[in-house]
Amino acid sequence: MSAFDCVIVGGGIVGAALADVLSADGMSVALVEARSIGAGTTACGMGHLVAMDDNAAELALTSWSVSLWRELADGLPRAVEYDACGTLWLAADDEEMAAVSAKVANYRAAGVRAEVLDSAALQEAEPALAPGLVGALRVVDDAVLYPPLAARTFALRAQARGARLMTGCPVRELRSGSVVLSNGEVLTARYIVLAAGVASPALCPGLPISPRKGHLLITRRGAPVVHHQLVELGYLKSAHGTDGASVAFNAQPRVTGQLLLGSSRQPGDATREVDAALLERMLKRAAMFLPGLDGLQALRVWTGLRPATPDGLPLLGPHPEKPWLWLACGHEGLGITTATGSARLVADQLLGRTSAIDARPYSPARFLTASSREVAHA
Amino acid sequence: MREACDLVVVGAGPGGLAAACRAAEAGLDVLVLDAQPEPGGQVWRSEARKGANRLARRWLTRFAASGARFRPGARVVAAPEPGVLLVEEGSSSFAVRYGRAVLATGARERFLPFPGWTLPGVLGVSGLQVLVKDGLPIRGKRVVLAGTGPLLLAAAATIHAHGGEVLYIAEQASAASHWGFALQLWRHPAKLLQGALMSAALISVPTSTDAWVIAAEGEGRVESVRLSVRGREEQLRCDYLGAAYGLVPNLEVARLLGCETSAGAVVVNERLETRVPKVHAVGELLGIGGVDQALVTGELAGLVAAEQPIPVELERTWHRVRAFAAQLARHDAPRAELRRLATPDTLLCRCEDVPMSALEGCQNLREARLYARLGMGACQGRTCGTAAQTLFGWSGEDVRPPCLPARIGSLRLPSDVSSTHARES
Ligand SMILES: Cc1cc2nc3c(=O)[nH]c(=O)nc-3n(C[C@H](O)[C@H](O)[C@H](O)COP(=O)(O)OP(=O)(O)OC[C@H]3O[C@@H](n4cnc5c(N)ncnc54)[C@H](O)[C@@H]3O)c2cc1C
Ligand SMILES: Cc1cc2nc3c(=O)[nH]c(=O)nc-3n(C[C@H](O)[C@H](O)[C@H](O)COP(=O)(O)OP(=O)(O)OC[C@H]3O[C@@H](n4cnc5c(N)ncnc54)[C@H](O)[C@@H]3O)c2cc1C
Repeated sequence: MSAFDCVIVGGGIVGAALADVLSADGMSVALVEARSIGAGTTACGMGHLVAMDDNAAELALTSWSVSLWRELADGLPRAVEYDACGTLWLAADDEEMAAVSAKVANYRAAGVRAEVLDSAALQEAEPALAPGLVGALRVVDDAVLYPPLAARTFALRAQARGARLMTGCPVRELRSGSVVLSNGEVLTARYIVLAAGVASPALCPGLPISPRKGHLLITRRGAPVVHHQLVELGYLKSAHGTDGASVAFNAQPRVTGQLLLGSSRQPGDATREVDAALLERMLKRAAMFLPGLDGLQALRVWTGLRPATPDGLPLLGPHPEKPWLWLACGHEGLGITTATGSARLVADQLLGRTSAIDARPYSPARFLTASSREVAHA
Repeated sequence: MREACDLVVVGAGPGGLAAACRAAEAGLDVLVLDAQPEPGGQVWRSEARKGANRLARRWLTRFAASGARFRPGARVVAAPEPGVLLVEEGSSSFAVRYGRAVLATGARERFLPFPGWTLPGVLGVSGLQVLVKDGLPIRGKRVVLAGTGPLLLAAAATIHAHGGEVLYIAEQASAASHWGFALQLWRHPAKLLQGALMSAALISVPTSTDAWVIAAEGEGRVESVRLSVRGREEQLRCDYLGAAYGLVPNLEVARLLGCETSAGAVVVNERLETRVPKVHAVGELLGIGGVDQALVTGELAGLVAAEQPIPVELERTWHRVRAFAAQLARHDAPRAELRRLATPDTLLCRCEDVPMSALEGCQNLREARLYARLGMGACQGRTCGTAAQTLFGWSGEDVRPPCLPARIGSLRLPSDVSSTHARES
């Protein structure tokens, strides 16, 4: 039996980022991963570090997280491919362009640098885009990176400070003060943090996390096709519906010269197979924005499962009915971005520190207390 | 654009041709697809023009008369739903709706890394043979061949016949295994291989078992090779080195369709049916067995697809060639020393420039892929994935579409295919 200050269950980007922060704070940490570090949803994600302003809580966490990533950037190995390319939110019509001004105000109020591009400026910035787009919102400090290596970098840093990395070790059971591995080994700890992404409910029944499947496609290396991460503003309309599958145009330049293309959303779908009809919808949509798309060489298509919560915000903090269990899961489509902020928020709570942002909007208590469940059912 | 057929055959090597002939002769509407510009596959490449090989001529003539349709230069890139394949053909693409499928995608060479293996002038064994058949000027050039099995000798015979000077043939198998196997060959109907053995003997090239390449050296291209020959080291100056260790089946299309594989081959029953309904696999996909296995399994699958009775003689032949394939697999299995030739800076993945040292700490193929970009490049891991399996015992990963790099346009669904499934947004 081994004893630690903290056992983190799940070595995705969230668990790995937390191991990095806690080990830097001097805690003895075990990071226990069923397969390989960063090989779950983290390996399937797009790696867009993006400030999102759907609501105040989301903007607070994402913008803070993006700035934490920027502070880390110089210390990341080159292979993590951090690239501060910025985001262009594309407006296809006047209605979307009208939304741009509101968003600019939102972002600036949160200290996020944002500017408006008119149609001509957009065309100049991204000549590969279809003519006729009305304009764009440019969020300057957004970035992209390669998520699995970012997770591995965090894990190796923690290991260098003495944390124990346990890969190929599925956890079978969580108990007050200990976790039981599938091989029967027991690890004891003062704090137990569940960071198992979509698999979290399997270890803690009742968590409001469900899979939301997404598709991505990557091209062969070549000349860069686009220069910013491109996202359609229509994404706001299509991506956040709660029922049915949706697609949105989402294109990312990789430093390798590859183009990474997304994305789709299928709520409740936990399968891994490529859904050809949905892929077709995604490609059709993307080709409307990038007329040359069909001529690019595709190398691979894959899928991943986002760990979605009902309100799109993660669960960060103690489980209200199991105070010995801490949650760091449910990051939906933003977990690469918010891994840095999430790790800080959870660490600050464990250590009784105040955080840079208010942690309450992400408290698991919003779903997991008797009264919150009644509200949800009503 | 769209095509429909009773039977689609993927691959026009001996396996695919035999299946297509049998099924088309029995009245099925058969469509044969092959990425190459001519029928014949690896072994009968360009025989359609040359007609030097009698067996090839017979099958190619029969194929031409069978009524089967052939689309050359047609690469199967995706399988969006059961009964549909997406095919890229030059700068266009089309979908094929099929009732049944015979997969006959053949094999590729197994490359194992050694220092200098990526130098220009270093090729595969059969790869070099193919280039020579296709016109690579080899007259007067000094060639060293290193590998295993009958294909090594077949390559030597071709290079010799085209005026190349084969300096040395290094066979990795041990003497006992090799000569035991060679004696067995006479019991099998592998005429071509016997011929190759004989011609190698006739051209009297120095040949050794227990021999392999340690390194290829040269400025900008290969100038010399160092060999390990029965425990001694030998250096030879040369213009070309052909080095590869046997063949491995091209499983990508089969795995994309969801066919079960085991020990590197597609699992089939006595009727050559895979675990996916209405999909058959033949030829090298069943485990490396050469032309005879390809022909007999192709014929069987074609007959089954067309619901024809199976002649007893055909089944007997199959059992014989299966025994041969099993012996070949034992003979060609790379020896342990071959796994230790690469140094830390030897590239394992040449598409993404991944040296052996980059794999430090990686426990499996997925980690090597995620952390070191092994197999993330244009060959989709065909070369380095196979090498990593041999070197480290790592098992392969799932195949994701496209199974060959393809234009995004070739992955688009024609409207009548997508309409059955698509929901409108
Ligand atoms: C298509 C797609 C695109 C995306 N794009 C972006 C993007 O551009 N930007 C962004 O910020 N986010 C993006 N995301 C979201 C992001 O990938 C996820 O939010 C994030 O990876 C979640 O990380 P995680 O650590 O919580 O989960 P995971 O990476 O899934 O990690 C959980 C880990 O727990 C392990 N585990 C599970 N069960 C056990 C057990 N019993 N014992 C031990 N270990 C266990 C798993 O093996 C896994 O490694 C995208 C997601 C998808 C699917
Ligand atoms: C480079 C090489 C050279 C060889 N030379 C000889 C030789 O000289 N003598 C000998 O006896 N044996 C040779 N072999 C062994 C050969 O594998 C067998 O003898 C025999 O050709 C196997 O027949 P097959 O029908 O199974 O496959 P093959 O003859 O390999 O035919 C497979 C065909 O499938 C096609 N194909 C594969 N994937 C796709 C796709 N996705 N879409 C469309 N088409 C596809 C390929 O283009 C190929 O034409 C060689 C093998 C290799 C790899």
